[in-house]
Amino acid sequence: MQYKSQAVAKPYFIAAIGLFVGQILFGLIMGLQYVVGDFLFPAIPFNVARMVHTNLLIVWLLFGFMGAAYYLVPEETETELWSPKLALALFWIFLVAGALTIVGYLSLPYAKLAELTGNDLLATMGREFLEQPLITKIGIVIVALAFLFNITMTTLKGRKTSIVLVLLLGLWGLAVMFLFSFYNPHNLVLDKFYWWWVVHLWVEGVWELILGALLAFVLIKVTGVDREVIEKWLYVIITLTLITGIIGTGHHYFWIGTPEYWQWWGSIFSALEPIPFFAMTIFAFNMVNRRRRDHPNRAATLWALGTGVMAFLGAGVWGFLHTLAPVNYYTHGTQITAAHGHMSFYGAYAMVVLCIISYAMPVLRGRAANSNKAQVMEMWSFWLMTVSMVFITLFLTAAGVLQVWLQRYSQTPMPFMEAQDQISLFYWLREGAGVIFLIGLVVYIGSFFVKGESKAQTT
Amino acid sequence: MSGTFTKSMARNIFYGGSMFFVLLFLALTFDTMKVLPQRDNRANLTQAVINGKKIWETRNCIGCHTLLGEGAYFAPELGNVYTRRGPDFIKAWIMGQPTGTPGRRQMPQFNLTPQELDDLVAFLKYSSEINSAKWPPNIEG
Ligand code: HEC
Ligand code: HEM
Ligand code: HEM
Ligand SMILES: [Fe+2]
Repeated sequence: MQYKSQAVAKPYFIAAIGLFVGQILFGLIMGLQYVVGDFLFPAIPFNVARMVHTNLLIVWLLFGFMGAAYYLVPEETETELWSPKLALALFWIFLVAGALTIVGYLSLPYAKLAELTGNDLLATMGREFLEQPLITKIGIVIVALAFLFNITMTTLKGRKTSIVLVLLLGLWGLAVMFLFSFYNPHNLVLDKFYWWWVVHLWVEGVWELILGALLAFVLIKVTGVDREVIEKWLYVIITLTLITGIIGTGHHYFWIGTPEYWQWWGSIFSALEPIPFFAMTIFAFNMVNRRRRDHPNRAATLWALGTGVMAFLGAGVWGFLHTLAPVNYYTHGTQITAAHGHMSFYGAYAMVVLCIISYAMPVLRGRAANSNKAQVMEMWSFWLMTVSMVFITLFLTAAGVLQVWLQRYSQTPMPFMEAQDQISLFYWLREGAGVIFLIGLVVYIGSFFVKGESKAQTT
Repeated sequence: MSGTFTKSMARNIFYGGSMFFVLLFLALTFDTMKVLPQRDNRANLTQAVINGKKIWETRNCIGCHTLLGEGAYFAPELGNVYTRRGPDFIKAWIMGQPTGTPGRRQMPQFNLTPQELDDLVAFLKYSSEINSAKWPPNIEG
């Protein structure tokens, strides 16, 4: 570790992994409710489990991004963090606020929670992914601003590399777009229109900047390739991201009451969105092939390559599958969407966070890389989680194709619940793959506790 | 990607290109806002609908159902449930939950008052009248 203040990243990474476990447990509960409908009902209704699952996902990714920034920014800017104390205080505030929110979801009826937390002052709750109570949303904004202040001040007093600038742009964008979660007009079409300014412009906009910056940072570290080359790639990738992804928002404006010209704008531009993801994959492999050193942390290199491939498959290929308006007409809001949502979130954002943790955590624990034994175990967990996610995606895709066939495309369409019965086999298979995923996650955590010879600190 | 294409050229293309598409997106948004009144059924946005939307949100119906294809995929699409089932069925259905059928997916009991049920139905009726470009493909949603 080059700068003392980088150490604040550690609690962030640990919290991220802990919340990840919670996310998966609730995923498995829901997966079972898909086939055993009354499982845990009425204690944990499906919608409650879903809020917990998706909100934990977002929160652990945010912990991951923040930890990554606290690790990366001092090293890139070659100066200590502006205030490590602030970073640590924010950690506890965010963790406690997040935990209280989850406890609120699980212990109170949602309407009661809304009433207690000021939803009558400004109604923002009850929309997918933005279910958080008003006070939690305000808390998120305050934490985000203080965090951004901290890393921006650090950057201002230090070296301004392209990687840091892109990371900062992405993180500021994340915070700014989140402000649209406070806008909830009575008009449902307007509500949905601007809801996507948070959700789409996050994952297919500003978050991709964060993704690119983190990947570029790890690649510089593990390959030793010249910064100029890597940063040039980074700019090319994020250019492609924004020129396709911003207008690409239109792929959500096909059927929600918005003008029909969006079917053209949305289809054409979003059909180009896989290009930056493809470029990212090429980038990762290219840099590793041109490496100037063999970094002892092979696990981190594996995560970096895996992120490139899986982000391209999940976002690029599975996104393209249903993004053209004539296809989306049939697949909109089916298990095809769920299949894509899973592989893209895992392949792009979960994996990049696991990648930076894989690189940084050994350093934070005083070594360049973990022992061979620990790395082998980590790589096992990589394959267990990644392969089971591929299977989750394939099973959901099969379920989705059948659902579309029975309920949407057929001359004699079947009611929703009947169609669901017909495809329950695939939901069982998905649940099985989910259990393997959980085992992979347990192996991953286990790898942190494996001792053995550790490589000496290099840089 | 080497030779004459430098990092600062890449950076400039990034800023210029992104700016351009942000502006184009804002222009399209501006036009959408002008066209929406003809499509989004705002003429029928009554107080009952507004109340109904809030009940919809504070019961987190979107956590199980889709509405115009967005939400969760656990339970039937409700953007067109008003046309599929009609107001009386919807109210009776909501009052009758949960079904308690063993092994079948369950919907909670929300203990809504008759007034709240009327508002919720008004919201679902309003939603069904939004011009959604002929989506969903059929009545089953
Ligand atoms: C915990 C999940 C869950 C929540 C939350 C939920 N529902 Fe449902 N809903 C279901 C399920 C599952 C079905 C289908 C049940 C069946 O067919 O046995 C259903 C069916 C319906 C139907 C009948 C649809 C049809 O075409 O027959 C209506 C209407 C409905 N729900 C309205 C609502 C409203 C309004 C809310 C919010 C106040 C809501 N639901 C919240 C799970 C849920
Ligand atoms: C890492 C990047 C991405 C992530 C994390 C992601 C995630 C998601 C998620 C979670 C949804 C469901 C939203 C909802 O609940 O309504 C969704 C929908 C969608 N995504 Fe992506 N996505 C990514 C990239 C892409 C790309 C590149 C494309 C196109 C090529 C794409 C096309 C779509 C489409 C068309 C839908 C709408 C599905 C429907 O109509 O139901 N996505 N995405
Ligand atoms: C491993 C076992 C997992 C299981 C069984 C599982 C199950 C589920 C289920 C049942 C849903 C709700 C689908 C619906 O609305 O009907 C869901 C939603 C979601 N899950 Fe998972 N999940 C798992 C892991 C993950 C992982 C690892 C990620 C990402 C890193 C993830 C991301 C998401 C997202 C983004 C959604 C919302 C999707 C959308 O709106 O389209 N899940 N999950
Ligand atoms: Fe999108």
